[in-house]
Amino acid sequence: MLQIGCPFCGARAQSEFSYERTLDSIVTLEMPANEAVRRLYARANPRGFDEELWRHAFGCRQWLVLHRHRQTHEIASVAAFDPAHR
Amino acid sequence: MKRYSALALLKAGLTGQRGWEQAWRDPEPKKSYDIIIIGGGGHGLATAYYLAKVHGLRNIAVLEKGWIGGGNTGRNTTIVRSNYRQKPLHDLFDFALDLWEGMSDALNFNVMFSPRGALFLGHSDGDMTVLAQRGDALRCDGIDADLLTRAQVQKLVPLLDMAPDARFPIHGGLIQRRGGTARHDAVAWGYARAADALGVDVIQKCEVTGFAMTGGRVSGVATTRGPIAAGRVGICVAGNSGPVAAFAGLQLPIEAQTLQAFVTEPVKPMIDTVIMSQSLHCYISQSDKGGIVLGGDPDQFPSYAQRGLPPRIEKAAAEAIALVPALSRLRMVRCWAGTTDMSFDGSPILSALPVDGLYLNGGWCYGGFKATPASGWCYAHVLATGDTHPLAAPFAFDRFARGATIDEAGVGVLPQLR
Repeated sequence: MLQIGCPFCGARAQSEFSYERTLDSIVTLEMPANEAVRRLYARANPRGFDEELWRHAFGCRQWLVLHRHRQTHEIASVAAFDPAHR
Repeated sequence: MKRYSALALLKAGLTGQRGWEQAWRDPEPKKSYDIIIIGGGGHGLATAYYLAKVHGLRNIAVLEKGWIGGGNTGRNTTIVRSNYRQKPLHDLFDFALDLWEGMSDALNFNVMFSPRGALFLGHSDGDMTVLAQRGDALRCDGIDADLLTRAQVQKLVPLLDMAPDARFPIHGGLIQRRGGTARHDAVAWGYARAADALGVDVIQKCEVTGFAMTGGRVSGVATTRGPIAAGRVGICVAGNSGPVAAFAGLQLPIEAQTLQAFVTEPVKPMIDTVIMSQSLHCYISQSDKGGIVLGGDPDQFPSYAQRGLPPRIEKAAAEAIALVPALSRLRMVRCWAGTTDMSFDGSPILSALPVDGLYLNGGWCYGGFKATPASGWCYAHVLATGDTHPLAAPFAFDRFARGATIDEAGVGVLPQLR
């Protein structure tokens, strides 16, 4: 199990968190249809690092951005999510 | 290829088991093939077999980076059934079930297909309504489904906790009697041997590292054993579809996730059907060796690690013990994990890709093993003819952009919802 360093609560077990989606798959209402489809359904799905949105669902409930390696499970960084991010 | 038979077995038994020949060759890759299949799992090998058997093609290679059947083919819980609610899915899986029934004969290899029944338990009135609806949908399409009462379920699986205050009370069930299990490794070995006998090159330890492109069309692959030219290339690497498609600059509606399974010490026969549940995510069956094989939820975050989280095993074990209390006496001897291609609607992709000459068979989520023969059959059809097989037509790559998704679980078209 991963240990995730929540910027608000400190190091916590993965079971408190839920994975939501990749950072590049956020869809906004004003987005053109083809861009929305791309963001909804196209994933790099790399065997390496990707930027992911997680939520501290059973903790402070904040949205977080994890820079995480999908094969080694190394977490390079955890940051609070900036709602202005597009 | 020497045929396997009871007589051959007897003869070998009397002569010290000498004279068995190698089941398939270990060929060097040729410079060029008509069709290259990337991935030597059950699906890739079945594809090669049907390309040779049904379409009469011979100049075919299956490229496998490790050893055949070493990926998800050898890591699943071996369950075979076709009782899915969505029509495109149960049509495809039922075609597979027809092929499963004749597979050992067709391949001259005992895949130990055992139609012992696939039972879904219902734990509430709501569950029973959903099971009845599903059963009706299946029977309308000519697929066997029997709704069972509580007493019928008890007779079938006497070890279930039938107490009225059980953690998961049993209200009844839905059974597909044609469903069951098969020996997963034997499926890969049987298809490899039969395809090899028809002239297919099954090449192990040959990892694809890129595509060769000529005028916007895929014209071959780069591998760890040198470049190989090809007329058509089929990706069949579920678990790793994303990284392989990325060699052609494509992104897929797929995320890789971990799915675990585990097995107990072997015991005498105690469960002679496959037990699943409408409300829980727990699969229980007994292997021919005697171990109780159990599976549960995917880990629900992207990973290629092929090792899973302990809480998932704990949850599946807790559910299994609540259903069959006698399981609490058994020791778990092994657990393992595979990397699943989680497509966003829970259904596979079996189609041409937007790059000429390149095809995809992937996105099987947690249900690919049971589809192996139908997947191979339909994939061989599109690779041989360029036309989509009617059963595979709903599983096109572009269905997401068209809004024609096939929502397997009826929960929405996002990976984190399944």
